[in-house]
Amino acid sequence: MEGWNKEGVRIIMTDDKFVIAGIEFKSRLWVGTGKYKDFAETKKAIEASGTDVVTVSVRRVNIIDKGKENLLDYIDPKKYKILPNTAGCYTAKDAIRTAMLAAEAGITKLVKLEVIGDEKTLFPDNEATLEAAKVLVKEGLIVLPYVSDDPIMAKKLVDIGCPAVMPLAAPIGSGLGSRNPYNLRIIMETVKVPIIVDAGVGTASDVALAMELGCDAVLLNTAIAGAKDPIAMAEAMNYGVLAGRLAYRAGRIPKKLYATASSPLDGMIGT
Amino acid sequence: MNITLNGEKKEVLDNITVLGLLEVLKIQHQRVAVELNLEIVKKDQYGATAIREGDSLEVVSFMAGG
Repeated sequence: MEGWNKEGVRIIMTDDKFVIAGIEFKSRLWVGTGKYKDFAETKKAIEASGTDVVTVSVRRVNIIDKGKENLLDYIDPKKYKILPNTAGCYTAKDAIRTAMLAAEAGITKLVKLEVIGDEKTLFPDNEATLEAAKVLVKEGLIVLPYVSDDPIMAKKLVDIGCPAVMPLAAPIGSGLGSRNPYNLRIIMETVKVPIIVDAGVGTASDVALAMELGCDAVLLNTAIAGAKDPIAMAEAMNYGVLAGRLAYRAGRIPKKLYATASSPLDGMIGT
Repeated sequence: MNITLNGEKKEVLDNITVLGLLEVLKIQHQRVAVELNLEIVKKDQYGATAIREGDSLEVVSFMAGG
């Protein structure tokens, strides 16, 4: 589980590979590119996060203002795995169209499938998500679905060919952290594919907690982009993921109601 | 002739191809995807796909998002 590199710096988790559909991911922290002040800040935050996966949306090209800078001028697709999403889609049909266009743009077959069910909560429409996932899996895409923290739904998505599932921790952008860690645990026991907690985390401890539960990765955007200092928060999130993953693999002590002495009882003076 | 491009009415040259239109608009076609009347146009078909009067096109790319 641990090793040392040539400089004597500890390398953590060199034996802890994270693979989905044959693609190896270096980082267990995946980062969105939305809501930053500008592309320069996006780039710095992404570098500070240590991630190798960034999510992007699929939108109409600005025909009128063509001189506008493009995100991909800052985020090199050779350096980062680009994960297009279907954010903003409210029907299976729109999500399928968007995902197919993303695949045709030619950078990746990965897609983060989102079919939103409600504007206020941005909770997924699980039924429509399953419907869209079936079509996209058949089309040969690597479909990573955003889903409620519902073990039954997660299983249905895996059964039709999703190589990972992305249950929400809390509503998108809410910063509440995992509202139902017990369901996440049940999902992990129910499906034997990677679980990427998507949406709702607020700070580094939320990320660490999700990783300590045994989730494989965390995807977030607002928690970094909306922080007072996004670059510092990106770095904190990286540590959160590393600490949480290490703690999970190290195996925590059980929780007990009463004390257990840390110092030996033998050899006490006056006995 | 008139077409609808990304939801806006636009006048373009008669019989222009998808490739021709992207060139006129100075859009780098490596990073975009094109849908013509709800059908995706494969990149290698851009030059062979003619746009007709009244057609509806979507040209999309990757933007910031979470």
